Amino acid sequence: MCPRKGAASSGGRIEFNWHNEDGCIVKSVLPVLTVVLAILGIWLLAVIPMNMHLVADQAQRDGVIVVPDEPAARQAFSGVGLTWHNPDLVPLAYNFVRPRLPSPQQVAGEMYETIFTKSITSKRSLVYHGWVTLAPTLLGFLIGTGLGVLLAVGIVYSRVMDRSVMPWAIVSQTIPILALAPMVIVVLGSVGIQGLFPKSLIAAYLSFFPVVVGMVKGLRSPSQMQLDLLRTYHASNTQGFWALRLPASLPYFFTSLKVGISASLVGTIVAELPTGARAGFGARMLVGDQYGQPLVSWAALFAAALTAAALVGLFNAIERITLRRMGMAAV
Amino acid sequence: MVIKAKNLDLTFQTNDGPVHALKGVDLEINQGDFVSFIGPSGCGKTTFLRVMADLEQPTGGEITVNGVSPEEARRARAYGYVFQAAGLYQWRTIGGNIRLPLEIMGVPKAEHAERVAKVLELVELSGFERKFPWQLSGGMQQRASIARALSFDADLLLMDEPFGALDEIIRDTLNEQLLKLWARTEKTIAFVTHSIPEAVYLSTKIVVMSPRPGRITDVIESTLPKERPLEIRETPEFLAIAHRVREGLRAGHADG
Repeated sequence: MCPRKGAASSGGRIEFNWHNEDGCIVKSVLPVLTVVLAILGIWLLAVIPMNMHLVADQAQRDGVIVVPDEPAARQAFSGVGLTWHNPDLVPLAYNFVRPRLPSPQQVAGEMYETIFTKSITSKRSLVYHGWVTLAPTLLGFLIGTGLGVLLAVGIVYSRVMDRSVMPWAIVSQTIPILALAPMVIVVLGSVGIQGLFPKSLIAAYLSFFPVVVGMVKGLRSPSQMQLDLLRTYHASNTQGFWALRLPASLPYFFTSLKVGISASLVGTIVAELPTGARAGFGARMLVGDQYGQPLVSWAALFAAALTAAALVGLFNAIERITLRRMGMAAV
Repeated sequence: MVIKAKNLDLTFQTNDGPVHALKGVDLEINQGDFVSFIGPSGCGKTTFLRVMADLEQPTGGEITVNGVSPEEARRARAYGYVFQAAGLYQWRTIGGNIRLPLEIMGVPKAEHAERVAKVLELVELSGFERKFPWQLSGGMQQRASIARALSFDADLLLMDEPFGALDEIIRDTLNEQLLKLWARTEKTIAFVTHSIPEAVYLSTKIVVMSPRPGRITDVIESTLPKERPLEIRETPEFLAIAHRVREGLRAGHADG
């Protein structure tokens, strides 16, 4: 059974839809599954032409007759064209050792092997690398969120901060931090700051902005009428904050958290990429690329995506439980 | 004397030039009065109520609430204000919403339960304390917001079209309940409305206002008895007062 969306919001005049839940499993899983299947289909199709040149070369070395038989002549063909002339080679494209594009089951196999069959302290274990990335992600996220909330409170309550900090917060997002991240890491490294903290800094930088924007919006979401009501009670600013603004901002806060945590993860991975880091998802992606092990890159890529999805899912669950407890969600 | 306004002016400065929301308003409201403000939109009836509540500042003239300035009255928590929309906090139960002013005003915790039960009984919502606002109908939500305004026991109740968004049938019931509540609590009520029957049915004094500039065109002392069943609205006496209100509204329009 699916709950009727927004069923209870008819009575109030509140603009924000408190009851916007994605609680219906059947409704939300089916579209997602459809998209996943579509992507999988495209991927499976793409594997053939993407790998066909490599497969043909290898097959020829193994004594299979390939059309055309001159490697140079084959270069004139597109992947699709080559496949057209050599339909027998198609199965080989899915199990090629060093593919240009690995097939889904190869990636799944690599992930299974590096997640479940290796000791989690091993340098070959994706769990180990996952934790190396997750720790600075969480630390950076905490710093970014804390800073974001504080800034938002300042911006909402102080005209001076609204005029001075808010423009800078926006300008800060025009800096291509993904390009600057390596420099930041190198500069910090040269003054002896290494390991967890520089990566957390990038993660914090990327996550504070969505929190600031969301919280400013949330803290300002109470209507003029609700603010007037508090004025008739002669309530102080502090009382107004705890009684009205903060609870009213919670739905916005959770949305910000979900954007922020994924931004943090991206920040950490980017910070790992170019700096010779030896561990972490970013390092794995780079290592796989540099040493001709595409499976390693792809496995790390998917593990990172799954980690992000898990974190967002976690916050989704916390959000739902919290809002339901506060009576803001329909039963 | 609860409210005393003398030559009250309020001009809003807008981009289209000054708007005279109130001009030369004189009015006195006595202890225990039920005063309705009626007039077309833009006549300043809500603005006048907001001036009493210190939510707007007059630009001229004088006004006192309980003998002091509106600001002092607000600081002394001298009135309860009911807005057009219930505006209950979605994350608080009905009981929690009624406790809100008590918490803010620092009423001892021990008294909360008793006060909540008392005002819920006054608005006939006993048993709904633990419900969340979305579980109540629009009319019940508005009653809950009246209970919230009553919970800290101010002697003056300012109501800004509290039933404006509700349908006629619920409105009748709520009007009847409000009269009972007024008789039981002996509060002074200032009530903004745009419904002539509502104004005549509820009030001891009807203030007819007209726009551009917002001003009072007629003040009618009701001759109806204090005891008012809904059927009173068909008596000649009632109709006569309603007629005079209508005339006042029309006159305000003619020279406006």
